Amino acid sequence: MATQASFIGQKNKKDQVYTDPWNMMYEAERTPSFFTGSEVIKEAVRRASCDMMVAYPITPQSEAAALCGELFAEGYIGDYFRGESEFAVMSQCAGAAFGGARVFTTTAGPGTMRAMENFPMWAGARLPIQMIVTCRGINSPLSIQPDTLEISYLMQTGMLVWHAETAQDFYDWILMGYMVSEEPDVHLPLALCCDGFFVTHTKDMVDLTPVDMCLPPYDPYRSPVPCMDMECPPVRMMRDPFVMKSNYISYATHASWQQEVWAAVERSRKHTIRWMNGLIDTENADADVLVVASGTAVSQSREAIAILEDEGITVGLVKVKTLRPWPGEEIKEATKHAKHIIVPEFNVTGWLAREVRSTIPNNERVHAGPHVCGGMTMPPEIIASEIKTLMGMKTETLSARGS
Amino acid sequence: MSKERIKIAEELFDIMPVEYQDLVKRATYGNETRGWKDIGNAKELIEEHSLCAGCPESMAFRYILASLPNPEDTVMVGSTGCTSLVFPHVAVHNIHSLFGNQNAIASGLKRALSVRFPDRTKDVVVLAGDGATVDIGLDMTLQAWFRQEKFTTICFDNELYANTGGQESGLMQKGFVAKMAPVGKSFEKVRLPEIARESGCHYVVNCTVSKPNLVEKVIKNAIHVAREIGPTYLQLYTPCILEIGKNSMEGLQEMRDSEKPSERFAYKEFVSEPAKELLTEMAAKEKERKAEAKRQLAAKTVSV
Ligand SMILES: Cc1ncc(C[n+]2csc(CCOP(=O)(O)OP(=O)(O)O)c2C)c(N)n1
Ligand code: SF4
Ligand SMILES: [Mg+2]
Repeated sequence: MATQASFIGQKNKKDQVYTDPWNMMYEAERTPSFFTGSEVIKEAVRRASCDMMVAYPITPQSEAAALCGELFAEGYIGDYFRGESEFAVMSQCAGAAFGGARVFTTTAGPGTMRAMENFPMWAGARLPIQMIVTCRGINSPLSIQPDTLEISYLMQTGMLVWHAETAQDFYDWILMGYMVSEEPDVHLPLALCCDGFFVTHTKDMVDLTPVDMCLPPYDPYRSPVPCMDMECPPVRMMRDPFVMKSNYISYATHASWQQEVWAAVERSRKHTIRWMNGLIDTENADADVLVVASGTAVSQSREAIAILEDEGITVGLVKVKTLRPWPGEEIKEATKHAKHIIVPEFNVTGWLAREVRSTIPNNERVHAGPHVCGGMTMPPEIIASEIKTLMGMKTETLSARGS
Repeated sequence: MSKERIKIAEELFDIMPVEYQDLVKRATYGNETRGWKDIGNAKELIEEHSLCAGCPESMAFRYILASLPNPEDTVMVGSTGCTSLVFPHVAVHNIHSLFGNQNAIASGLKRALSVRFPDRTKDVVVLAGDGATVDIGLDMTLQAWFRQEKFTTICFDNELYANTGGQESGLMQKGFVAKMAPVGKSFEKVRLPEIARESGCHYVVNCTVSKPNLVEKVIKNAIHVAREIGPTYLQLYTPCILEIGKNSMEGLQEMRDSEKPSERFAYKEFVSEPAKELLTEMAAKEKERKAEAKRQLAAKTVSV
């Protein structure tokens, strides 16, 4: 089988040139374009040399999934079809990945939850599938509005979990995501999350890489586990399946494999840091007050910080880009001097604040909130007012604002 | 994969596991006429199994693996259940992922292999229990058929959930008293062969595994039809002797009793028109091949 390097410089059937990924992402000229998040997903996938996509409608990812169907019709994806449910879709993705394909899919909210049994299986089977999650509410009564609660479930599956703030993040991270998750010492699925609607359905300027360049194809023989295509000799995997045994060897095997999956998550750090210039971004990290946030909450926090800046209050910002691997050391370092750490979130439980609290010393500094959920927006003013309250300053209450 | 692929460098031959040496020396990879008669004469693709002693599933496995027309390019997909205890011993690539999702896995797999190897034949064969096929996985079973996915689905019908200790399944007979059916199952055995026909399967057979030559025939037909035309379904009775209170030696008789003309596993077959054409063509070729072999043998005998 030809290696990935041997493809570079050659053309695919759409006349795109398989390009060294680093050149493509960091050296090739970018074209500013005004696109919705969904269109940005399509443009990234156009350049990702995907062998297979399986789709299923659920707001707010339906448009992106359908746009990728157009890519298939144009010949940019090897195969594409609509599965019958998210559970089935994620198993279809698994089947394709077991067979050595580069696989892409998208889901959201109840779809993520419906498919959940697949995700630890993907990680355990070391399938580097990429799944876009455009987060939405999962509670009853039915809601299609943005809400990031589903991410907290994905964080325990053994998948890589990244949280994009902007359409630009999305574009770059889809392409970089394959490069990280297909590394032989990683080889894990990636859940690339964003806040639904805010990112998918708004238009933004995004700098695109050249349309005639694409990633080199996936090489399934750079995998830590054999590809199920009968191209390498089949081995009898074990004399007795471990599931049958209640003995130490069986437990040790399962335990060490789980540890290996999480070790692979950790090993993705070095690749991710290289590609994404760190697992977090910081601004004014030496300020007394810091906001730590991920996804759309970062954008809202930026606005809040600007409001406070106008009033002469300096607040720093930590943008958390990857949730798995968890940038614990980075956050510890960045929050070293902070007296107050504010964690605004688009969900009711405050999972990000919980993660931050479990990471840093003197964690009474962490203030969980403000929280909005069920599709509510997070006006920068409420973040600003929360910060002022924490600093012992007087602020207008929300009801006062309204009256 | 060609047989060349499994060859071992001469210098390393003796340090390879005996089973592997055996696979290289005596496997029937690449032999177009392979079949159940090789059992005992050639290296089998299954060595041991961890099923109950005398479980008819073990016979079924041996017959099926001996009959695969193209094992060197066949990938099998299993599901959780007694079969999943056997697959780790099987010398073709096989996938276990979850309980009930086998036809979804196979759909993705078959398509991926078609994208990656457009000019080669890669067969995909699903083998799962009745609980996996008819209960928890029914939507994926049917949807793969609706979509005309080109692989074979085999159901080992033992009429209950064996691996979890003998609970009611959709393919259990009405009235049977089992765990979770404490006063007897209240509804009829699901008519999956008929449903398979209506769902778009091109070749459907319902039978037992009492006769190896019959198993060989239906496996070969099902795989060839799936390869060329569309989905195929085999429902094979592999009684769970443990849960129906039979001894190790009684599995075969149980199957013979259940395949009598008035019984639920009397041979039943459905073949679509395109599948009929294909099978007729194949039978003609096979006849020609046999005649040719006979002629050559005769020629040899004369020249001696
Ligand atoms: C999601 C899920 N639900 C339930 C189970 C438990 N389970 C394992 S095997 C099995 C029964 C299998 O029955 P069948 O498919 O008929 O196969 P058999 O063991 O009879 O060969 C069940 C219920 C599981 N592993 N996963
Ligand atoms: S429990 Fe039943 S089906 Fe499973 S191995 Fe034993 S006899 Fe066979
Ligand atoms: Mg069963």
